[in-house]
Amino acid sequence: MLIKTNPITRRRILRGAIGGGGVAVSLPFLDLFLNENGTAQAAGTPLPSRFGTWFWGLGVDAEIFIPKTFGANYEFPQQMKPLEKVRQHFNLLSNFNVLTDGKTNFCHYTGWVALRCGVTPATRSSLPSESLDVAISDVIGGGSRFRSINLAATGVARDSYSFRSAEAINPPETSAVEFYQKIFGPEFQDPNAANFTPDRNTMLRKSVLSGVIEESKSLNHQLGAADKRRVDEYFTSIRELEGRLETQLQKPPPAPACIVPKGEIKEIPVGLDVVSVGARHRAMTDLLVMALACNQTKVFNMVYSDSGSSLIRKGSERTHHILTHEEPIDPQLGIQPNASWFVDRAIEGWAYFVEAMARTPEGDGSLLDHSLIYSHTDCQFAKVHSLEGIPMFTAGRLNGRLKTGLHIDGRERPATELGFTCQRLMGVPTSSWGQQSMEATREVSEIFA
Amino acid sequence: MSQSEYVHTITDIFGADIAIGVRFAPVKRADGLLGVGAGTAVVTPGALDRLESAARSVAQQVTDAKHREFLVSCKPALEAERDDACARRFLAQVGRLLYRRPLTDAELNLKVQIAGEAAADGGGFYKGLTYALSGLLVSPNFLLISEDIEPDPLHPGRWRLTGYSKATRLSFLLWDAAPDEELLRAAERGELNDARGLRRQTERMLAASQFAQGVRAFFDDFLVLEAFDNVAKDPIIYPTYTNNIGKEAREQVLRTVVDELVIRKSDYRELFTTRRTLMSPGLASIYRVLVTPGPGGWAPYEFPAGDPRAGLLTQVGFLSQYAHPGRSSSTRRGRAIREVLLCQKVPDPPPNVDFSIVEDPHAKFRTARERLAAHNTDPTCRGCHMLTDPIGLGLERFDGAGQYRETEHGAPIDPSGTLDGVAYADAAGLGQALHDSGALRQCVISRLYSFAVGRPATKSESGLFKYFQSKLDDGGYRFADMLRVMIYSDAFFAAQAPDETPPPRTAALN
Repeated sequence: MLIKTNPITRRRILRGAIGGGGVAVSLPFLDLFLNENGTAQAAGTPLPSRFGTWFWGLGVDAEIFIPKTFGANYEFPQQMKPLEKVRQHFNLLSNFNVLTDGKTNFCHYTGWVALRCGVTPATRSSLPSESLDVAISDVIGGGSRFRSINLAATGVARDSYSFRSAEAINPPETSAVEFYQKIFGPEFQDPNAANFTPDRNTMLRKSVLSGVIEESKSLNHQLGAADKRRVDEYFTSIRELEGRLETQLQKPPPAPACIVPKGEIKEIPVGLDVVSVGARHRAMTDLLVMALACNQTKVFNMVYSDSGSSLIRKGSERTHHILTHEEPIDPQLGIQPNASWFVDRAIEGWAYFVEAMARTPEGDGSLLDHSLIYSHTDCQFAKVHSLEGIPMFTAGRLNGRLKTGLHIDGRERPATELGFTCQRLMGVPTSSWGQQSMEATREVSEIFA
Repeated sequence: MSQSEYVHTITDIFGADIAIGVRFAPVKRADGLLGVGAGTAVVTPGALDRLESAARSVAQQVTDAKHREFLVSCKPALEAERDDACARRFLAQVGRLLYRRPLTDAELNLKVQIAGEAAADGGGFYKGLTYALSGLLVSPNFLLISEDIEPDPLHPGRWRLTGYSKATRLSFLLWDAAPDEELLRAAERGELNDARGLRRQTERMLAASQFAQGVRAFFDDFLVLEAFDNVAKDPIIYPTYTNNIGKEAREQVLRTVVDELVIRKSDYRELFTTRRTLMSPGLASIYRVLVTPGPGGWAPYEFPAGDPRAGLLTQVGFLSQYAHPGRSSSTRRGRAIREVLLCQKVPDPPPNVDFSIVEDPHAKFRTARERLAAHNTDPTCRGCHMLTDPIGLGLERFDGAGQYRETEHGAPIDPSGTLDGVAYADAAGLGQALHDSGALRQCVISRLYSFAVGRPATKSESGLFKYFQSKLDDGGYRFADMLRVMIYSDAFFAAQAPDETPPPRTAALN
């Protein structure tokens, strides 16, 4: 629904704010402004909680991925080895299932849709609800410059698993250079700058947007219900941008860990070879970590590879996806060695991501300590598109609310329990998530501190 | 509005030297078309960010010292101050072209007020104009294509689009851009409600240079050419297929389409048999032919009679788009012919598809035909693969980069096959079989109609398509004739009666 606004008031803000703008503020922020235990600013404002997702396509090789024991101090199997150096920062959840309740298992689609929406899709193009990151962003995403940041290390503009609906997919950044410009370009306000002067142009931009809403009210009055909803979505986006511009007019809260990246960022050419994707992922990760440290967003989504992974290894005529179907299982190793090589690279990417978050100091710990990251793939064994036992991770302790370092046994419970848990932890007011066999009403309390 | 419609509209109004660095958010393909999917897409915050940024950039350029002299039709009394009269004049002129109708008094007053307030803030007249113009460019009245309907006086009880909405539909279809001043004037005078007036404007637009961009827009969408944004080949297996080759392959398809359908006025079906194309130096290395570069590097080229290449199916564009990064794919090519060109649906593979025969390390499958034949001994696989493979195998003499070859792993490649019972010997024969297929004609008609009206065709419109075909079967499927038969039909501007009163308006983000 449209929020009724008073156009005169909006334009009064324009006149008054510009007339009275330009107030210089000088408030250097140092760690001494934190409270004694470093978990909140001295005034009592808690450090921000962040939520993010990290996705990779085409599952794992369970034989060399799933640890033999549960709980803490488990032994790392071969495919998990890259994660051993960050073992204290994440949980592995295995033996959770996606159940289709008789619906078709759409290859490389049903699994991730269920883990993002809580519901398995009825068709290959349907998305039954908003993705959970959007629900979380609605709760915690305000007050920062961007409600969420979406990144595709593949460089492919369609690789997004974040959406309000099937008709409203959140577009990802596909270039590290463009991502840098978006965050740290001319409109960036350094939260640690000594002086702050509200930008008069920002005020004018905000005023223009207010005028657009006012002008377009008559359009909405003339539309049928379906079109009205679309125009309302448009206005919602405009109001959100207005809100962000309003945020830009305030002195940003200090962020001692914020260091604006310097130096030239090189464009990585279009391509799905693993080397390029890995480089793109690392560049985007480094920038994202600093965007988070600089309070530019509280919600993010990273796609390492798409659900039908078309990643290639230079010189091989078969993509990762083709290999999962055409490569024989090595009877000695029990895996498809060439397909497995791609999974190894994805897990290395995940380890890099966790480490990057963990090595960025913030308050009493790290950026990761104040975050919750939900990571998953689209199936367990890509060769047969199995939905049973899709592996999932969490990373981060969310301001001390979570334990990490555990391997959790799902005991064949619905995999939606983790998405439900994430939403509950981030404050989404819901008592269940999902439908039919996938309805989750209990949290994965084993990870609670 | 699509990205290309945005770019063409801005360019038409303000000139080609205004840089437009916008990238629209991807939309879902519906009924085979992005243009239809866009009709239900919504503008997310991330998408709006890009649109607002582009709006500011365009507005700044239009009003900067370099452009204002010839783009702003009046001069303020004092540049340092607001001048509402001049702002009103400029915003009314430009707003009419952007909104595709005159601005209402309330809309214009609001924009003039914004211009005045921003000017009075210290930025002066042109700064004020910049902000007011950016407001026009980010307005849903510009970015969402809405259509007004009214009772049709010629057919009591029925509804039709208003003149301005007719102009909008016509212009986005034929020019991929908003109506120009002449078309808006014709709409204003009610000429588009009159058969002669409609014909006069339609023929003018079909004859204009902008018609080529309208044709490009349809075929870029219909042939799924946006996929080339991400087509990349393995640099070791196909070292000559650089990222730039993908862009040129897309351009070659579009130049061939324009050359045949706009310049030569060929029948649509000839796209699949023609030996003529346009060639760039980069593509010449993939085709292994010699060309003397023409203007912009492109030169006409005709494959000699008897050459394995004839028609779009044998161009590097189609062949590399529907292939893997490191090898060809008969299945992908066959599926694309079925789904894209013939509007047929090929079912998805089952989740537990069994590749055990193909995987057998002792098997010696040297060609795709042998590999797929083995795979298709499984009845589960066979059902769908029989829809795709006999077609795709006809193109197997072209590798994943579109390069010609006669052998695969030392074995000769057999490019013969059948298309719906019609046998062919090679790729050129496949093109001819496609040319003669009734489904090809039905498909392009239904896609073009959906593209034109911005929504999926309904079941009740199947009779309409039969009517279109009956008109075209005799004279041929020349593209302009396909458009004429649609535009001049009673159905084209007809509108469904509104369910509720009074909402005589529908909006579509096209």
